[in-house]
Amino acid sequence: MEAKQIMFAIFAIVIVVFSVLTVTSRRILRAAVSLLMVLIATAGLYFLLNYQFMAAVQITLYAGGIVVLIIFSILLTSQISHKFERIETKKAIFSALAAIAGAVVVITTILNHSFSADTVAAAEIDMHVIGRSLLETGPDGYVLPFEVISVLLVAAMIGAIVIAKKGSPHKDEPAK
Amino acid sequence: MMTDFGYTTWILIIPFITFLLLSFFGMRLKGLPAGITGTSALGVVALLSWYTAITYFTGGGIADGGFQKIVAANAVWLNLSDHLHIDMGVLLDPISVMMLVVISTVSLMVHIYSLGYMKGEKGFERYYAFLSLFTFSMMGLVVATNIFQMYIFWELVGVSSYLLIGFYYDRPSAVAASKKAFIVTRFADMGFLVGILILSFTTKTFDFVTLTDINGPAIASKGGAVFMGMSLMTWSMIFIFMGGAGKSAMFPLHIWLPDAMEGPTPVSALIHAATMVVAGVYLVARMFPVYYFTAPEALHIIAWVGAISSLFAAIIALTQTDIKRVLAYSTISQIGYMIFSLGVSGYGGHDGLGFMASNWHLFNHAMFKALLFLGAGSVIHAVHSNDMKDMGGLRRYMPVTNITFLIACLTIAGVPPLSGFFSKDEILTAALHHNKLLFAIEYAVAGLTAFYMFRLYFSVFHGHDRHYHHTPHESPATMTVPLIILAFGSVFAGFLPFSRLVTSDGAPFESHIEWSVAIPSVAIGLLGIGLAWVMYRKETALPDRVASFFSHGYRWAYNKFYIDEVYIFITKKIIFRRISQPVAWFDRHIVDGTMNGIAYVTQSVSSMIKGLQSGQLQKYGYVFITGVIALAIVFIYLVK
Amino acid sequence: MNSGIPLEFYLVLATVMFFTGVYGFLTRRNLITMLMSVELILNSVNINFMAFNRYLFPGKLEGHFFSLFVIAVAAAEAAVAIAIIINIYRRFTTINVEDVNQMKY
Repeated sequence: MEAKQIMFAIFAIVIVVFSVLTVTSRRILRAAVSLLMVLIATAGLYFLLNYQFMAAVQITLYAGGIVVLIIFSILLTSQISHKFERIETKKAIFSALAAIAGAVVVITTILNHSFSADTVAAAEIDMHVIGRSLLETGPDGYVLPFEVISVLLVAAMIGAIVIAKKGSPHKDEPAK
Repeated sequence: MMTDFGYTTWILIIPFITFLLLSFFGMRLKGLPAGITGTSALGVVALLSWYTAITYFTGGGIADGGFQKIVAANAVWLNLSDHLHIDMGVLLDPISVMMLVVISTVSLMVHIYSLGYMKGEKGFERYYAFLSLFTFSMMGLVVATNIFQMYIFWELVGVSSYLLIGFYYDRPSAVAASKKAFIVTRFADMGFLVGILILSFTTKTFDFVTLTDINGPAIASKGGAVFMGMSLMTWSMIFIFMGGAGKSAMFPLHIWLPDAMEGPTPVSALIHAATMVVAGVYLVARMFPVYYFTAPEALHIIAWVGAISSLFAAIIALTQTDIKRVLAYSTISQIGYMIFSLGVSGYGGHDGLGFMASNWHLFNHAMFKALLFLGAGSVIHAVHSNDMKDMGGLRRYMPVTNITFLIACLTIAGVPPLSGFFSKDEILTAALHHNKLLFAIEYAVAGLTAFYMFRLYFSVFHGHDRHYHHTPHESPATMTVPLIILAFGSVFAGFLPFSRLVTSDGAPFESHIEWSVAIPSVAIGLLGIGLAWVMYRKETALPDRVASFFSHGYRWAYNKFYIDEVYIFITKKIIFRRISQPVAWFDRHIVDGTMNGIAYVTQSVSSMIKGLQSGQLQKYGYVFITGVIALAIVFIYLVK
Repeated sequence: MNSGIPLEFYLVLATVMFFTGVYGFLTRRNLITMLMSVELILNSVNINFMAFNRYLFPGKLEGHFFSLFVIAVAAAEAAVAIAIIINIYRRFTTINVEDVNQMKY
């Protein structure tokens, strides 16, 4: 076995185990930490695929940003020591059945399909290429989605502030 | 020389504005001011009408040696097709101008009279608002430039009549009477509408001027296609006459008029004696050339309907004891006279004698019948009862009412030189030229009329006193002055040169008294009066003996020949039970049942499935995801 | 470079992660843990994009940039979602999704 395969196996195991822990852990902070592990392992996969920039973004934005945000909100709304009640068996079984059925359908489809790779030589993806593509207006440029996403982010930021502040019945409570 | 008659539109506008004013602000005016507003507005209308009539008849309407039809104002109201459109306008010709004078005069008298009669009644201002509405509608009816405008105002007149009959809406009998009047006339108006539709289909026009032009397309068509042995025009004219017969209470559609006496007495005088009920006569007169040239069969039917109604109503009038009902049957009888007279008339010159006589009688009748009703109202006002049994010897208490009522009775009996004599003489002359049998019927009716009117007169004003609640007294001046004015009208209307004014073709002709008819008709009138004198001047057992001698006939006549019962039998026993009840059952159980069933199923299904809308986000998510997976399976494995 | 690891491995791994997220979304009662499940789903999609890009279209950058934008959208979504969750918490003093059921029949 090559080193890469071993690495993939490790990442795959980490992702599967911690994904399941994320959705089943009865302590909310542990679930959040499991999510963090999944996200970091995903970043590892990106390294395996040789997308270093995306891996970095994954770690800083997802692991660093979103998970911290989630942990903050957990601290604001829940008690750390609180354990969730057990899920109703019926509900768990039906949900699991739906999830497994979906997974089976998708996986059989994937395995039955033969993917044909593009013959073009792999492009070197370094920071210069990414930066230029993001701001280019030509056929390979992504300036329009870039602009749209920036407007979206501004809107989301404003929206989040407005929603979190407006109509607060507890004025004395510090706003996030 | 033709004069500009554009101002005549104000004759319509003023009463309408008065109606709106009194409807919206009448409650603020509180009684008498509202009455005075209505009366003075009507005074203006009457002045305008008289001015129009004088201008028209003294030259304003004369051209080419006859009176012309003048369209004083006209505006297209509804465009149905290139040729067919409904207009609103004012048409002046001898009969419409004459009607303007009749309506405005009688209406003004009734307005003044009501100031006294209706004093202190609840809804005084409402009463005046309705009177204005009626006057507006009636004026619109007579000046209509086309048959559809006439139909619209015809219905408006029906509505105002309905409103006024049901004026005392807290009395069940008044409510029933108003509904009866409305439904019966509506039924007849259905025929009118059908007639209009056939007429417009055949002639492609609604316009009176085109329709009645003797060189015009309507008359030149000679009736159009033939249907069931009669031409389409004849059918349409019969249907149109059905509308007229309903409004004019001709047999067998007369049943609403006696009941309509539930309204206030001045209303009976205005609507149910002088103006609205002669609308049928006016309608036939307005369409007369069409009847004469294209539908002689219809004219024949009209003559017989008129004759039968007049005889029939006169016989019933002999037996009735309610003073207003006697007058109501007398009205039917007299309108029968007019309708009959139109039916036997020819066209043009002296042949059009019946037409002229009919309109003349209409004019005279409006005066003396309004006078009779107002006099009866005065009596009712004094003794607080409608029943002749509660009246007697009133001549000592009510001298003005007595004299004017006597004049009216003499007029209707046809005693010369009062106006009724002249018009009745002309009608009988026209009948004699036409058909001997019809003449005999009308001759008999003349005698009956004299008899029952004087029966009424003697039993009310002569005889001995009854037990009155309080001593009867003469009515106030607001009531007696109209009586005196109308009495003058009744006396002198006979000297109007009608044959030179109102004729079938507009050209004047000379009429003269036919002494061979006049003398026997006066004689039978005097005979009737004499009989009444013998039987009713002093109270004797004679009337009862006569009644028991004719016991069966008397009972039939007293019960109005059971016509109402026949109607009730037909509607309740046949139409309601055989047709309406099964239809109602079908509607209630099948139609409604289906609808209720659908509603019930919908309701129960929705209450079953509303649990799905649980507000539980995860349930929605579950349904969504399983749905997506199911669709994926379907599209991947089943739909290749 | 890709030797040894077939594309299908990535795809199957992403599928498992995706449906784990779905399971979490359907069973978790706490709104924040539901949000975490959604993050798992988004992340699995990103893996797919990256793997497709690398294996099938190595000369292009579409998958790469699509993932980048998905991450940005995920960040925005998380920010708004958390704002909403905090607002709900203030109003109902709970973030249990079963207790927030005013929007029903």
